Amino acid sequence: MSKCRACREPAIIDLPRHNANFCDVHFRQLVRRQVEKAIDDFAMLRPGDRVLVAVSGGKDSLAAWDLLVELGYEADGFYVGLGIGEYSEASSEHAARFAHDRRLRLLTVDLRDEFGYDVPTASRATRRPACSSCGLSKRHLFDRAALDGGYDALVTGHNLDDEAAVLFGNTLRWDVDYLARQLPVLASRDGLPRKVKPLVRLTERETAAWCVVRGIDYAVDECPMSAGNRHLRYKEALNEIEAHSPGSKAAFYLNFLDNMAPLLADRRDASVATVGECTQCGSPTTGDRCAFCRLVETASQHEPVPVAMARRR
Amino acid sequence: MRVLLRNPRREIEIDGGVPARTMLERLGLAHEAHLVIRNGTLVPGDERLEDDDEIEVRPVISGGASP
Repeated sequence: MSKCRACREPAIIDLPRHNANFCDVHFRQLVRRQVEKAIDDFAMLRPGDRVLVAVSGGKDSLAAWDLLVELGYEADGFYVGLGIGEYSEASSEHAARFAHDRRLRLLTVDLRDEFGYDVPTASRATRRPACSSCGLSKRHLFDRAALDGGYDALVTGHNLDDEAAVLFGNTLRWDVDYLARQLPVLASRDGLPRKVKPLVRLTERETAAWCVVRGIDYAVDECPMSAGNRHLRYKEALNEIEAHSPGSKAAFYLNFLDNMAPLLADRRDASVATVGECTQCGSPTTGDRCAFCRLVETASQHEPVPVAMARRR
Repeated sequence: MRVLLRNPRREIEIDGGVPARTMLERLGLAHEAHLVIRNGTLVPGDERLEDDDEIEVRPVISGGASP
């Protein structure tokens, strides 16, 4: 039986990237310290900040919410109903139950009720992958909710695997504008809230394990519309490398932040300066109307598409 | 032992007497992408699983790039 590196008690998890095993107590300590280090290293939050957590009902967003509350931040949640059949119904229940059991405040918006469309319908109406309209809708609504609510920051549950996979994709394409903006903190500016990612030093295996040891009942089943997407393939490729060389994902992403991101500062500043305002909603955009307003117009006029039909595309 | 798998959710019966990491390898599953949970408690890769254990193999990879 393997022993905890810190106390020699029986371990509950092996973390090859740390070349160590940890018991329940010291695994929790490790996770808390990684989040605190991310918050401190990147000056994400100040003590007592009031934040809005973008909540999906999955492990990362609920872990982020749980950890921030535990660390003493005033944190509300915000959930967007995407209309992806049973998956969305279950996710919504997980988010609501988490908030109710901990007496936390959860704000919700439903795409169909508020804007007249859902993700499967948007995917069909725009002839684009579901993840495209889903991400666009969530980003817009999270930003708006954080601004309208006067929160100090919008928190998302992006973890090390998410960031490494996005970095991998951006690097494969040498997409310098996206690389320049791939930071764990984005400052607020006109029409956009401050955005922070406190889980970037944790892998998704670690955030899932945090939920298990904390008794967080999250939505385990995957979104039926994300199967086979490019992001998942990047994660699989990186995990293949990680299996042979533990610590590679962390080195890839964290060394990018230390060594490469500073060199892209000029490019980042240039992209911020060229943004204007949407004539319809006032959000930042490079055109007359923002992508969300155009999506609402297109998707809300389309006949509703069931999940099963959208997946056949 | 009885093993619960996810995405899609299903149960299989396989021989025990092997470490958790070996079970994952035999199922063709990546260690970095899964947790092994025995009777509701996490177990590390070298923990020996027995025939009467109830095991959940929980995938941890999320599909989307944002919550």
